Amino acid sequence: MDSSGRFVARHVASLPKSGIRDFFAIVSKMKDAVSLGIGEPDFVTPYHIREAAISSLEKGRTSYTDNRGTQQFREEISRYVAKNYGPEYDPETEILGTIGVSEALDILLRSTLNPGDKVLYHEPCYVSYAPSVTLCHAEAIPIRTVAADQFALDPAALRAAWQPGCKLLILNFPTNPTGGTADRSKLEAIAKFAIEKDLLVASDEIYSELTFEGDHVSIASLPGMRERTVFLHGFSKAFAMTGFRIGYACGPAAIIDGMLKVHQYAIMCAPIMSQEAAVEALRNGRDSMLHMRDKYRERRDYIVRRFNELGLPCHLPRGAFYAFPDITSTGMDSMTFAQKLLEQQKVAMVPGTAFGEAGAGFCRASFSTSYEKIHEAGERIARFLDTIPRR
Amino acid sequence: MNSVLKLILDGEALDTAQIGKILGLGAEAVDRELAALRQQGVLLGMRPVLNPSYESEHRVRAVIEIKIRTEGIGGFDGIAERISSFEQVESCYLMSGGYDLLVVVTADNLYKVAGFVHERLARIDGVQGTSTHFFLRAYKKDGFIVNAEGSRRDQPSVSP
Repeated sequence: MDSSGRFVARHVASLPKSGIRDFFAIVSKMKDAVSLGIGEPDFVTPYHIREAAISSLEKGRTSYTDNRGTQQFREEISRYVAKNYGPEYDPETEILGTIGVSEALDILLRSTLNPGDKVLYHEPCYVSYAPSVTLCHAEAIPIRTVAADQFALDPAALRAAWQPGCKLLILNFPTNPTGGTADRSKLEAIAKFAIEKDLLVASDEIYSELTFEGDHVSIASLPGMRERTVFLHGFSKAFAMTGFRIGYACGPAAIIDGMLKVHQYAIMCAPIMSQEAAVEALRNGRDSMLHMRDKYRERRDYIVRRFNELGLPCHLPRGAFYAFPDITSTGMDSMTFAQKLLEQQKVAMVPGTAFGEAGAGFCRASFSTSYEKIHEAGERIARFLDTIPRR
Repeated sequence: MNSVLKLILDGEALDTAQIGKILGLGAEAVDRELAALRQQGVLLGMRPVLNPSYESEHRVRAVIEIKIRTEGIGGFDGIAERISSFEQVESCYLMSGGYDLLVVVTADNLYKVAGFVHERLARIDGVQGTSTHFFLRAYKKDGFIVNAEGSRRDQPSVSP
């Protein structure tokens, strides 16, 4: 009998496991399941980027690097961010290479939050935000976003959710799982509020290149925001480099310096071959990225049309690669719908509640998969819906 | 590029009804589109891409380089078209460099390829010389990696 649980810290023991894990366990045992549950690109990393990693290994570049990442890596990040997002960051003091945005966000929270601080974030959202805040002995305060607003963050809802003790606001546009984006005017209102309440903003822009409608605007580029924003980005989505685990944070020097302390003790540095592959992506990856973005857009149009035809209302996500259909007409909750669909038709979609309570009544369907699979999933969902009375 | 053509070039196994649904066109519109592409000579045909190791149990494939003498026979086209008409010939290209035509042939066995070379090709007026190379093993065919052992083997089927 394993009684080692008594050694696990209370705040970790009480942390719920990701709702996605249960699903993964079931789907991975099913032979002919069609999964719309995969939260990563279905493209292999473009060859020229893989080749840069191979070349790095061939040259014997297998050492540690500067904690912040190589000089070349930080300089390329600086150029790329200035060109595509606006703000200019000093590679010496304002840029830190990390193990993906996951690490960047984690060390940002750990280096800025004191126990009891409050953190605002919009929901539905990526699964790690609230738990990462809890792990810092801080309090996560969700702000609900809604389908009628295409899951953009309503500045009025932000104001209503604010309470004394709020120190940080996490933003993620385009959003996983909803594909929600925030246009300039919304961001300006959010920025104004952040300045008024002296909030630090963590802006996770991992899906920003995968914006299908309109231009992506980074809140860091708005007046008065550079000095209170940490821009978090990486290579996983735009360049299909999830397995490389490489990302970065750009922000004011004092904050980056604090993050660097946590990073140097916990991680040391990001893998050198991933940094070198990332340099190639920043320099020459644009065409491959645009090709993949076009493919996602075509598949998005198809899957959204299909859900609407099937009577599961679905807004057109303006970014990322997830459709987020409303399943309330089935009379089921998200988890029941997803479980029954998986049991009866072997189609995996992730229940919206895995992304927070605001995801209730929705399921996430990734369109980062082949037309064949999307089509087959559509046929199976149609058969599934035929068996249940609709509201 | 034509949207139907773009989709079939992606290499996914989709029938016309599926293509129609994806493009929001309807199966008949896709059929019309495909017929037009054939009519225009853009689309020559569609066939499955087989793993060559499966094929090689039944067929051998060779590439033959052919040198042509053009004096007195009026250019390459006549000979190239004649060679292309043999059913053993899978493809035939006019090339730059050390030889003139590159011909890919398939046959039941090595002797049939040999017979094709000396009984058919060598007898064509204008064929000066041939050099035959047999395919031993394929690593990639028509854009597909042969024996791709699942580059995504360890990818979780559900992830955040």
